[in-house]
Amino acid sequence: MFESIQYWDPAAQFVLFSALKILVVFGVTMGFVSLAVVAERRVSAWIQDRVGPNRVGIPFTNIRFLGLGQMLADGLKFLLKEDFTPNYVRTVYFWLAPAITMIPAFLTLAVIPFGSTLGNSSNRMVIADLNVGILYTFGIVSLGVYGIVLAGYAANSKYPFLGGIRSSAQMISYEIAMGLSVIPIFLLVGSLNLGDVVGYQSGGLHTWLVWKQPLAFFIFLIAAFAETNRLPFDMPESETELVGGYHTEYSSMKFALFFLGEYANMIASCSMMVTLFFGGWTPPWGASAATTLWAGLGHVAWFLAKMIAMMLLFIWVRWMLPRFRYDQLMDLGWRRFIPMALFNILVTAFVVALWQR
Amino acid sequence: MSLRNLVHSALCLAVSLVGLALIYLGLDAEFIGWIQILVYVGAVSILIVFAILLTRGTEAPAGRITFAPWSGLIIAGAVFATLAWTVIKSKALTEITGNPSLDVSFVVKNIGGKLVAEYVLPLQVMGLLLTAALIGAVIIALHERKGLK
Repeated sequence: MFESIQYWDPAAQFVLFSALKILVVFGVTMGFVSLAVVAERRVSAWIQDRVGPNRVGIPFTNIRFLGLGQMLADGLKFLLKEDFTPNYVRTVYFWLAPAITMIPAFLTLAVIPFGSTLGNSSNRMVIADLNVGILYTFGIVSLGVYGIVLAGYAANSKYPFLGGIRSSAQMISYEIAMGLSVIPIFLLVGSLNLGDVVGYQSGGLHTWLVWKQPLAFFIFLIAAFAETNRLPFDMPESETELVGGYHTEYSSMKFALFFLGEYANMIASCSMMVTLFFGGWTPPWGASAATTLWAGLGHVAWFLAKMIAMMLLFIWVRWMLPRFRYDQLMDLGWRRFIPMALFNILVTAFVVALWQR
Repeated sequence: MSLRNLVHSALCLAVSLVGLALIYLGLDAEFIGWIQILVYVGAVSILIVFAILLTRGTEAPAGRITFAPWSGLIIAGAVFATLAWTVIKSKALTEITGNPSLDVSFVVKNIGGKLVAEYVLPLQVMGLLLTAALIGAVIIALHERKGLK
């Protein structure tokens, strides 16, 4: 049955494989999002010396399996809760905002090379092999701000409004630092294509860009915390002062879309960091594109392992650090990180120019 | 401006800018298309929305908001005509259409190379202009803060 596919014309093959890749990436990401929610609760429990959710297993059996059944229970809970729309909200925006938060997070995953090939060298493990991969990512990420601003505006009440305003200012500010921080990478690699960035780092552990650009990685990491609205920068939703910020008025699945959007954003920025700084799908001893199916799957597994490690770092940081004050956050973004990133660009440009001489 | 609410108008601007970016992408101009989304949709429009939300009430004003709706149409038409005229008269257009074998692969590298080698003076002038605008904005903001104290 499957042998006949190779006799199809290339366009049909391309459509089929792209659709398959999209489905698989979407499914795996959704799985990881719900897994990340459980992981967040378990890790926070370990850090705070609690037990955490470890009871829920497969329904109607005694099999607990580390409490992973919590994923299903959480999802079902969100779906079954009452979807309440307050009277005074701006309805269209109220419905639109959760979707606008969720969609960009998934769109960014399209350009990330999550593996080399699955044996067949013409079919690369990336959904869209854009030449301007990084521009695409930043363009899409910048759209995510709209979801939060609209949510704050749509709720038509003070706390969500303040949360929306705060987060738009914060996300715009840190987007600049984030964008500037990756420029040295592309000065070194000489291409905006993320596949080329991975190719540059495929020589093994010592060729990973995190060693050459530690400052860029540091700025990108901090900016990623701010972009995903996570502690230590979760001002937009700081519950002690804003009652939850922009999603105060949301309930049920609409709230879940914000909640899952945050984790999907985390996955996207972790994938981005793995691709840019940690060699993407290449194992630490270096590799070229896979020639067999199993080697290809191994590369995907390496990518996922690195991404999970980054996710754990995100969760760890969230439960270890207190929240910044808002003016401190802005001060850090504009007066520390942006000059640092500019300095980094300058130094890297000089080194690259001298190197090429 | 047919919409009464400023926030709605700003969001419509964002949607139309996305449409423009999609036209660029449809014409295979990846670089300019994504830059359009990044700069205009992701930064400029969001700043406009942000400024409106911060400074004005979010409710639509009651009375008339524009006093000469037709003047806007005339200005828009004039701007469009000027731009269209420039594009039609431009040397690049005749060069490309009159020479089908010309390599028009607008790779990012080529654009960058052209910018910092051949067109370095316009780039510098633009940078100077933007810096001046930035300093001006900072001075205005500083002045206001002094006035408050």
